[in-house]
Amino acid sequence: MANLTTEPNLTDADGFYERLISAHAGLDAAASRRLNARLILLLANHIGDAAVLDEALRIARSE
Amino acid sequence: MANKAAAERSRYAYAPPPDLANAAIRRVPVVIVGAGPVGLTAAAEFAVLGHHTLLLDEDDTVSVGSRAICWSKRTLEIFDRIGVAERMVAKGVVWSRGRLFHRDREVYSFDLLPEPGHRRPAFINLQQYYVEQYLVDRVAELGRTEIRWRNRVTGIEVLAGGDARLTVETPDGVYRIDAGYVLAADGVRSPIRRLMGLDFTGKVFEDRFLIADVVMKADFPSERWFWFEPPFHSGQSVLLHRQPDDVFRIDFQLAPEADPEVERRPENVIPRLRQMLGPAAEFELEWVSVYSFTCRRMQRFRHGPVCFVGDSAHVVSPFGARGGNGGIQDVDALCWKLALVLDGAALPGLLDSYDAERIPAADENLLNSTRATDFMTPKTEVSVDFREAALQLAATLPFARRLVNSGRLSLPHVYRATPLTTPDRDVWDAGPEPGAPAVDAPVATAAGRGWLLSCLGGRFVLLQFADTPRDSVAGLVPTVEVVTVARDGEPGPGRLIDPDGTAFRRWGADAGSAYLMRPDQHVAARWHAVTPAEVTAALDRAVGRAGVWAAA
Repeated sequence: MANLTTEPNLTDADGFYERLISAHAGLDAAASRRLNARLILLLANHIGDAAVLDEALRIARSE
Repeated sequence: MANKAAAERSRYAYAPPPDLANAAIRRVPVVIVGAGPVGLTAAAEFAVLGHHTLLLDEDDTVSVGSRAICWSKRTLEIFDRIGVAERMVAKGVVWSRGRLFHRDREVYSFDLLPEPGHRRPAFINLQQYYVEQYLVDRVAELGRTEIRWRNRVTGIEVLAGGDARLTVETPDGVYRIDAGYVLAADGVRSPIRRLMGLDFTGKVFEDRFLIADVVMKADFPSERWFWFEPPFHSGQSVLLHRQPDDVFRIDFQLAPEADPEVERRPENVIPRLRQMLGPAAEFELEWVSVYSFTCRRMQRFRHGPVCFVGDSAHVVSPFGARGGNGGIQDVDALCWKLALVLDGAALPGLLDSYDAERIPAADENLLNSTRATDFMTPKTEVSVDFREAALQLAATLPFARRLVNSGRLSLPHVYRATPLTTPDRDVWDAGPEPGAPAVDAPVATAAGRGWLLSCLGGRFVLLQFADTPRDSVAGLVPTVEVVTVARDGEPGPGRLIDPDGTAFRRWGADAGSAYLMRPDQHVAARWHAVTPAEVTAALDRAVGRAGVWAAA
């Protein structure tokens, strides 16, 4: 069974973080929430594996 | 309001039952309570299986309004076995395509039956009053059922010997009758359930829908159209279905604060329709109703001699066509078992499998229905955001279409949890798994072109795929009828020809493969190569003779 990767895995962590914030530039709170929602659905589909997604949900929820 | 269909609804003659004059209480093997689609289907199934029943209904007519309208492929296949599907399909509106709209644009469409070579379509739309009328006619043709209209059950008592004693009220007085078994097909407000003080728990949503039957000449295609937040009905959902006789069924989601009594008044319904259909549309309102989303079920469906079937046992929100179709499948799972018990060919313990099979089926329907309700009526800001995201992405990205939920349409349940099936021993790449319903395919029969499904059902069958006698176990299992499918040669009695290999492919079969099929056309067991002893063991298991019920 696949596990959620929690070791560093981003090829360009700082660059991704910057682009993530930039993607929200100029959006109001509601538009930002919707962008996040679309992003989550896109990435979730890419991952696909229900066990991995459940683990991500669990960790995110526990923070 | 012109109510053409209501005026033309069939009425059935009440006659004073002979029991009113009898001092002694008569006993009958089976009483069915409720002549809706589910109770009538049960009566027809018993008649086909050779059993007499008494069917009691408190009313003397068919349903008011279209009510259940979408009848699934599986239901039509069951209707084929009782000889009524042809008439239903001839009258009904055949459809398999759904279209989904968000605000003012089409997001996507889907086809529920993309492959040819099945006798029955994915769905037909047919008003419940027609379904009931055709079933009443068919039950009369089949004989063996005594229908008593305007016979209302007002009391039920389970006797020490195990029978149920019913108190029945008629226009001419009250009588009592004893029944070996009672099928309570008496609807969501089931008087029998209440009389027995049984639970009916679950979730009642605040959301309400207004449903209207509208008569109009319009060029909407025969498709299921669903709108999220359409411009003509602010912020809510709307569903449109075409029915026979130019009747359209429109379901409007109401805002939670809406007053159902006010909303259902024609002076409030007509402006809504006008907004949707445009100023030029000519239409007549035929029937209006308001319902709440509800997901509830009984904890158990069988209570001694009483089996609850259909809405009396479980009720789901609409938009999945899971109410009517689920109820038909309840009786399809129950009748053959009860018939075997009445014949003395199985022990009453076999009836325990009704709960083992139909409770998971109800739960599957409830789960799908609850999820659809939650998608359609998002309760929190974040669920609104995710719905919006899914609908936006779905317009261009196919993956997101799987997330959009306007109702997951009824599919037959696979009886995985039942002790009646024999688990797979062999590896299968395709074909219906143990507990699944049969898959149709075109075949050549001795009578000409036909369908594989027409050769199954009503009794146990060993369906074997055998091109040559060498592949065959026919004749070696005296306790079960054999139907053979071969890829070439001549058709004959019990021998079907599958010229293009469709049946072999759909059933994942090689030469020598065999399926043991139940009377309800579900798979009891399957093998790539089988011995007569294995068939006998699987058959014993499927009728509860193998001791699987002793522990239960």
